[in-house]
Amino acid sequence: MENNPSISISNPLPPETDTIQKIGLILFSIGILLFIIAGIGVGSEKPILFFSLSIGLSVGGALIYFIKKYLKEPAGVKNNRVWQNSLTSRGIFGFIFGIIITGFYVVLYWFPSVLDNLIRLMDPLSNLIRGKDADQWFLYGTLYTLAIVVMGIKAILKYRHSNYQIVRTSSIMFFQLGFAYLIPAVLQLFNHPEFYFSYFWPLKYEYLFPSTVNYLSEQPGALGVFMIFWGGVMTFIATPILTYFFGKRWYCSWVCGCGGLANTAGDPFRQLSDKSLKAWKIERWMIHSVLVFIVVTTSLLWINSYYQGAVLGNISGGFAKTYGFLIGAIFSGVIGVGFYPIMGTRVWCRFGCPMAAYLGILQKYISKFRITTNGGQCISCGNCSNACEMGIDVQAYAQKGQNIIRASCVGCGMCATVCPRGVLNLENGPLKGRINDNPILIGNKEAKLIL
Amino acid sequence: MSKHIVIIGNGISGITCARHVRKLSKHSITVISSESEHFFSRTALMYIYMGYLKFEHTKPYEDYFWKKNKIDLIKKFVKQVDTKNKLVLFSDGSSIGYDTLVLATGSKSNKFGWPGQDFKGVQGLYHLQDLENMEENTKGVSSAVIIGGGLIGIEMSEMLRSRKIGVIFLVREKNFWDNILPVEEAKMINRHLGEHHVDLRLEAELKEIKADSARRVSSVITNKGEEIPCQFVGLTVGVSPNIDFPKDSGIETQRGILVNEFFETNVTDVYAIGDCAEFRVPPAGRKSIEQVWYTGRMHGETLAKTICGERSAYSPGHWFNSAKFFDIEYQTYGNVPNVITTPLSSFYWEHSSGKICFRLVYDFQSKNLIGINVFGIRMRHEVFDRWLSEGRKIDYVLEHLPEANFDPEFYRKYEPEIIAQYNMESNKNLKLKARKGLLATFFK
Repeated sequence: MENNPSISISNPLPPETDTIQKIGLILFSIGILLFIIAGIGVGSEKPILFFSLSIGLSVGGALIYFIKKYLKEPAGVKNNRVWQNSLTSRGIFGFIFGIIITGFYVVLYWFPSVLDNLIRLMDPLSNLIRGKDADQWFLYGTLYTLAIVVMGIKAILKYRHSNYQIVRTSSIMFFQLGFAYLIPAVLQLFNHPEFYFSYFWPLKYEYLFPSTVNYLSEQPGALGVFMIFWGGVMTFIATPILTYFFGKRWYCSWVCGCGGLANTAGDPFRQLSDKSLKAWKIERWMIHSVLVFIVVTTSLLWINSYYQGAVLGNISGGFAKTYGFLIGAIFSGVIGVGFYPIMGTRVWCRFGCPMAAYLGILQKYISKFRITTNGGQCISCGNCSNACEMGIDVQAYAQKGQNIIRASCVGCGMCATVCPRGVLNLENGPLKGRINDNPILIGNKEAKLIL
Repeated sequence: MSKHIVIIGNGISGITCARHVRKLSKHSITVISSESEHFFSRTALMYIYMGYLKFEHTKPYEDYFWKKNKIDLIKKFVKQVDTKNKLVLFSDGSSIGYDTLVLATGSKSNKFGWPGQDFKGVQGLYHLQDLENMEENTKGVSSAVIIGGGLIGIEMSEMLRSRKIGVIFLVREKNFWDNILPVEEAKMINRHLGEHHVDLRLEAELKEIKADSARRVSSVITNKGEEIPCQFVGLTVGVSPNIDFPKDSGIETQRGILVNEFFETNVTDVYAIGDCAEFRVPPAGRKSIEQVWYTGRMHGETLAKTICGERSAYSPGHWFNSAKFFDIEYQTYGNVPNVITTPLSSFYWEHSSGKICFRLVYDFQSKNLIGINVFGIRMRHEVFDRWLSEGRKIDYVLEHLPEANFDPEFYRKYEPEIIAQYNMESNKNLKLKARKGLLATFFK
């Protein structure tokens, strides 16, 4: 903004990226650079130093940048240029970034030795909280948690005008950091089985596989039995009850780590989801097929276990292996996160997650949750549909004054947050009148009816 | 009997009419526009410039919708209508016949004959083509002047500020949009504009636009003789009905195309709806020309019934509207005049942040609710519409205010503060009746 022609003294125009932001970006870049250098092997003698510097500088730098960027502007929806920026609009940088993350997942799953130097960098921290050396999954978990925490803070700053977004994002960060990172680590520190209390069957499919149940039940003490009990109760009792009262959002956008990453690190890419009717059709086939697949697989494993392999031989094991490879690794990991910059943030949640499918069926048929629309106030601007990471054409409902009841809605609340006319609201209400197929747009006494 | 319905204009009025005719009948329908192939949301144009959306996101229906619903689309410019032979004549020499003609031609930006108003870099904002021009005209621009303190003016300010372009906003009135908003609300928006570094100049008018040798705007001169250097000028001093070709076609016009309450023009089988229509006798409490998204939609709904055989007069319900001024959302239900005088009175509450407020207008004698303005809190259209119809007293409204709250979960509730102030001012002891909290989730 050189040559600023504004003659008003009280209103000097602030530059887009100020000095403090630039310092933040420089620190962040140095941190990332150090991390890459450590990946080549430099610094393996001094893991603590390299670990603290690379993580500390990148996290600190990013936070400085975000705090300054968002706090210097008044609170409110700011999605400037998301469709003009190459990174967030499937431009060349978007594709490059997508290839980098996809590549990272391929290396992580199938060529972890490439990451050896970085894994060694994690040893001091791993020893501190888990009591043993790091492996590729500890490296992954640490980066994943850092991404949710740092980008979670960014999301809170960005959406600070919305208490719903603040509370929800805090919840995601809490469950990732505590339930999906620290507690499993500390369990290992005390020689207990690594267990994630925030993941349940069918998302964490092996938790109800006979092998896991047998393994846990053989653990000394009551903890193993408690873990089996916890998993069963959460899947079959708590999930239907909580979904009845709050919709699937209680899990998908408040607890789950996959949703957590999507709503924090993935937030800049949420608009990329496909809103077409065709995508919706594909979605319904795919996600329910995955649910059937895991139910069949789990049942076969139990039948096989019951007959001690006499009936099915190795078929059930083959099912489990295929599921683990196709769905567990390729779909949820490589495509689910790697394709953020191409297909949006909830590719896995929308097309693949069997837990989302299960929650979705509950949400659609037995839940108090719905998104309501406010009378005749919709102006069909399209911001809500654009913001929907699950690819729901929210506007199609809003402009008819119809409640939005969709199996896929994860209740992130972003449609309501971005709506410029205050039309949308996430509500839990009575079942009666929840589905209003023939809504009336208020305002016209003459014409009633019509979709 | 099946008729051919031709609708000129694919905005909210024309398209709503087409959709409803399709739902009610098997008539063949043709929609003509020279602006865009498909219906898009005009109100969302600003978001394209700001990068929130791309053009395709502003289309409320997927492209397959029109074929599936047998609504033919023609992208051509209409030159004239031959009402005697029932023909629409296009600029390319071709024509199309009709049985029923609907004119939904919308508006065009006002220009009041200022010297220099046609220089490069000077424009209004209404059409899709205006947006394309604005993209071109603001390339490399660091300073802009906007003339006219209404909704399009503040939208244009927000658009330009999203690209860090300096904005000087010349408003003729004493405060922003104060021909519609009472002074407290108007001042709130004045302050908010400052927060977004918009240099608001009140009681300032445009005298002249100056240009450089390439005929590109270089400065504006105000009524106070001040010269403000700039490279872009936004003219947002309202819009008026777009009636160029109807005027030449023997269809009676004044400011707009003259219609009765059935949207019938002076020519049989020719109707006009939306921004371009002017009521000979406006509905009670309404203006003769309604240029709002919502009214356009209602015009279309009503006319569709008439076309399909059930002759229906336009009979709008309680007035409502909404807007967003940068970060501050605004909703209004019922009637809130900018100057409130007897027999009306009003109660006004403003939050200490200076960005949230609530105004209740009532009849001083009967204490009946007349209307509300609300900024920074979302309220339920359905509830206020009902309260207005039921003729509720303001005490009732204030006690039941939580019922009308439409803010998302976990938002702070301002009703206690509002009712406390009302109690203090009126020496009453009203208590809030309804509740809306986490516990209520389990018990409703």
